[in-house]
Amino acid sequence: MKQVFKRPEALVDVPFHFCPGCHHGIVHRLVAECIDRYGLREKTIGVASVGCSVFLYDYIDVDVVEAPHGRAPAVATGVKRACPDNFVFTYQGDGDLAAIGTAEIIHAANRGERLTVVFVNNTVFGMTGGQMAPTTMAGQETTTTPFGRQTDTNGFPIKMAELLSQLPGTTFIARAAVNTPKNLMRAKKLLRKAFEVQTENQGFGFVEFLSACPTNWKMSPEQANKRVGEEMIPYFPLGIFKGELK
Amino acid sequence: MAETVLVKGNEAIAMGAIEAGCRFYFGYPITPQNDIPEYMSKHLPGTGGTFIQAESEIASINMLLGAGATGARAMTSSSSPGISLKQEGISYLCGSQIPGVIVNMSRSGPGLGGISPSQGDYFQATRGGGHGDYRTIVLAPHSVQENYDLTMKAFDLSDKYRNPVLILGDALLGQMKEPLKKHSYRKKEYSKDWILTGTKGRRPRLLKSLYLSEGELTDHNWLLYKKYKRMKCEIMFETQFLEGAKLIVVAFGSVARIIKTSIQMVRDRGMKVGLFRPITLFPFPYDALEKISLSIKNFMAVELNTGQMVEDLKLAVGHKKNQVDFYGRPPGSIPSPDELYNEVKKVYKKRIG
Repeated sequence: MKQVFKRPEALVDVPFHFCPGCHHGIVHRLVAECIDRYGLREKTIGVASVGCSVFLYDYIDVDVVEAPHGRAPAVATGVKRACPDNFVFTYQGDGDLAAIGTAEIIHAANRGERLTVVFVNNTVFGMTGGQMAPTTMAGQETTTTPFGRQTDTNGFPIKMAELLSQLPGTTFIARAAVNTPKNLMRAKKLLRKAFEVQTENQGFGFVEFLSACPTNWKMSPEQANKRVGEEMIPYFPLGIFKGELK
Repeated sequence: MAETVLVKGNEAIAMGAIEAGCRFYFGYPITPQNDIPEYMSKHLPGTGGTFIQAESEIASINMLLGAGATGARAMTSSSSPGISLKQEGISYLCGSQIPGVIVNMSRSGPGLGGISPSQGDYFQATRGGGHGDYRTIVLAPHSVQENYDLTMKAFDLSDKYRNPVLILGDALLGQMKEPLKKHSYRKKEYSKDWILTGTKGRRPRLLKSLYLSEGELTDHNWLLYKKYKRMKCEIMFETQFLEGAKLIVVAFGSVARIIKTSIQMVRDRGMKVGLFRPITLFPFPYDALEKISLSIKNFMAVELNTGQMVEDLKLAVGHKKNQVDFYGRPPGSIPSPDELYNEVKKVYKKRIG
């Protein structure tokens, strides 16, 4: 009998600590699949960030260095410049990348660092208990916007993919979702491209993944998944903002 | 190779770093250390190295963390406010045991302060500086030659202990020009069984500072503590005229350089004054000072601040009935050898007569 589905080699065979319905596990798997696909497991150095994704090193079977909150693109710059032949990626949440780490991501992108950045946007600070993130939707209730995010005082949800795509240093910038099989298949293609722009030494690759956070959204996994499609995608449109698929 | 050149103190640091095999420099402009990034930007590319002018001091310390994680010799430099911004990264370097050399050509504070020489960052340098219970080795040169020599040493110590090493100077040590005798350097090789290179032929490696499991962080902190204890064998200091001295002046860095002249002046007038100059500020030479204090009772700390190292001096010699006097000069003006001569003389007259 032909095996059609298996655990990627780069994914450690342990249960995820993520909450039921969280999309981190799916995105981890996609990263591991790409590492396998391009034969990168033995030459990858991952940069973990701060937040729910900090335990990246428990799941992805590669060398990992842990960065301070928001600093992963700067740490990855140091790693990649010292080891240009290694494959280097960061995996960051929206608190990490779009709040405290905006300077680091913008300048790493603008320098055209040969990095692959996996950005998971679930519109909240997940690890700390669901506070407002820069990506929190207008009107969304969080533990620090108990009356809903007011755009006149809290600003607007920030669109990182669009913002980074304006920088001449970037090569491939896209936004994906994994809430439906169709979106997931598309997400795989986009992530592959973000890997390829590094393996082919073309430049900086970035994929934003819209992700569900049922626990902090106080929803069932099913409701949370639905919210990604009904509320997030209309505001954070999926697609390629810089570069193209071959 | 034993060529003598006339260079600025900042350039001597950059030259020492390149000679010691530093191939990665990450920095951000701030006075009075700009000669270091400028020198590196010009000379590193020719060695196959990488210079990056980062978007901030925070980014540059984290680039150093990344390069250091791969086993590369990397350096960053800044000055007081910039060093404050680097403290987050320094704490992570210590927690993750990643080497790197950090130069603080300090300026004066608090806040934006000024660019004049100051030793106001002594506490920050010697007590860790950032969050958590950690230490960095701190080297305090007092000449252009020492800037060069101690920078080379800093890379060895950093690799040896897998710990960041700080070089603490100020505008005086960074900006003054002196003859520098260049010399070759033999790189000391230390175990690299922890560096990130990709997992080919081995299990994955992890460099981190997060320890959440029961007891794990306690063990990690004790391990670091034991390492800081081991660093005691690296203690360096200079002494002058200890024999028969009745008063020992204790000073480091730029002010130690000035006071050498003052001490010669008081000795020319028959006063028995010696000098003790710590070169490692962490680990501090407590034991050496304590030993001296068994036979000499009078000490005087002189600093370009309102009193920081004097606390370590008191910890070292404060037993029995020893006297510890202090003369401090807050930033804004540099004391002349004549002024310090008068201050030392005052203490000598008061304590010895």
